[in-house]
Amino acid sequence: MNENNSMAYTPNDSMPSDSPQNYSVYTQDGAAQANAAQTDMAQNNAAQTDTAQNNTAQTDLVQNNATQTDTAQDNAPDHAVSLQKPDTPDRPAQDTYPQNTPDHEQGSRAQNGTAPNDQVCTPNGNIQSSPGADAVYSNLPLLQLNDLCKRYPGMGTYMSVFHMNLIIPRGRIIGLLGPNGCGKTTLIKMINGLLTPTSGTVLINGMEPCPATKKIISYLPERTYLDNSMKVSQMVSYFADFYEDFSPEKAYAMLGALGISSDARLKTLSKGTKEKVQLILVMSRQADLYILDEPIAGVDPAARDYILRTIITNYNPNSTIILSTHLISDIENVLDDVIFMKNGSLMLYTSVDSIRSQMGKSVDTYFREVYAC
Amino acid sequence: MAWQMNSERPIYSQLYDKILVRIVCGIYKAGNRLPSVRDLAAEANVNPNTMQRAFAELEHSGLIVTQRNSGRVVTEDRTKIESARHQLALTQVNSFIANMRELGYSDQEIMDLIQSIVG
Repeated sequence: MNENNSMAYTPNDSMPSDSPQNYSVYTQDGAAQANAAQTDMAQNNAAQTDTAQNNTAQTDLVQNNATQTDTAQDNAPDHAVSLQKPDTPDRPAQDTYPQNTPDHEQGSRAQNGTAPNDQVCTPNGNIQSSPGADAVYSNLPLLQLNDLCKRYPGMGTYMSVFHMNLIIPRGRIIGLLGPNGCGKTTLIKMINGLLTPTSGTVLINGMEPCPATKKIISYLPERTYLDNSMKVSQMVSYFADFYEDFSPEKAYAMLGALGISSDARLKTLSKGTKEKVQLILVMSRQADLYILDEPIAGVDPAARDYILRTIITNYNPNSTIILSTHLISDIENVLDDVIFMKNGSLMLYTSVDSIRSQMGKSVDTYFREVYAC
Repeated sequence: MAWQMNSERPIYSQLYDKILVRIVCGIYKAGNRLPSVRDLAAEANVNPNTMQRAFAELEHSGLIVTQRNSGRVVTEDRTKIESARHQLALTQVNSFIANMRELGYSDQEIMDLIQSIVG
């Protein structure tokens, strides 16, 4: 068991050796640089507002950028020292799999070509293989962002996603967290190929977004995109037609458990029930990457528990789930890692356990501190 | 029913503690098979990776053993279990004594009080 060999920690709350340093390679430096650059932009924008006439959009940008400067100062001392691993390169070479994260090796079954044994969390019996290129994914991270930027027209120099660098491995459940407007949905849309980056790249299994990557990503958008007049059973067939990896049996089992009739038309369902249906459809696929944008917001607590339990039991070491949500305390126990974003930049990418052991607080509490208004 | 968790401590160490108690109490008996990571994670309502980590720690402490064919099993070494039990008991007692002293009880008063309750 890889983990046992590399760790020598005692079962108390002291920080285990593998945790935050390995993640912060991609976080603190990137964020610091982003913040520094955004500071420059703040100065540029300040100059512009002096000369521009009644351009409220630009003034807002100044405030955003000013906040970003504050953030750099406020947050750097808090976790710069403890979470940084100074002797690791800023951005690994494209084909370097994060070797320094032993607990990820649980998730990458194909590192040495052998199937995981039952010490690793795998489904009993069958080994799940991804519908994607089997030979290719074994050496490539599931998701990689390289200096990713997105600027919407009409927003001046403000970038909704600002120089993001990130490597996301398989077999993790990750929370994508941040205040409204920080760029989470923009990022998600770029991963799904619904928006093109201004610069930089998004790579899924080494490929830029294309039909092959969409095949292995199961996306739940924040807003309904399904035809309101369709019946639930029709939607199940629709998904079955569209996606090879979709399991109608699984979908019906979950619909049944939540008491949703397959004859009901989408438009007759309540908001929360609609959300449950869409989530069930998305989770009934066998994808490599699940991206769920606010999956539990409009849902009652009991159903939320059910949904989180479904996420847990659906877990397999070949897939990763990215959950974007504001309901942090609900999902903390289910998350492995969290990504904090602010003003388009990556602020933090670390594990829930690291935050709890280092900060002695829940992620929810820590978030409220970091993002206090 | 999800296990009660403190949101400020790392989850894996809380899971470790809870499973340890179950072993010490004999809920998971010496030599017997533990539930799988997956099943226990579902019961506790936590991420399987986190449960896996708790198991890894327990293995590191020698309280559970992985066998090739039967998966994870509680150790047969009863002295280990007994010493874990002793450690837990010590923690309880020390914490109790500290609290009582804080209330102003002398050691003799503490002993007398225990005597009167336990008989």
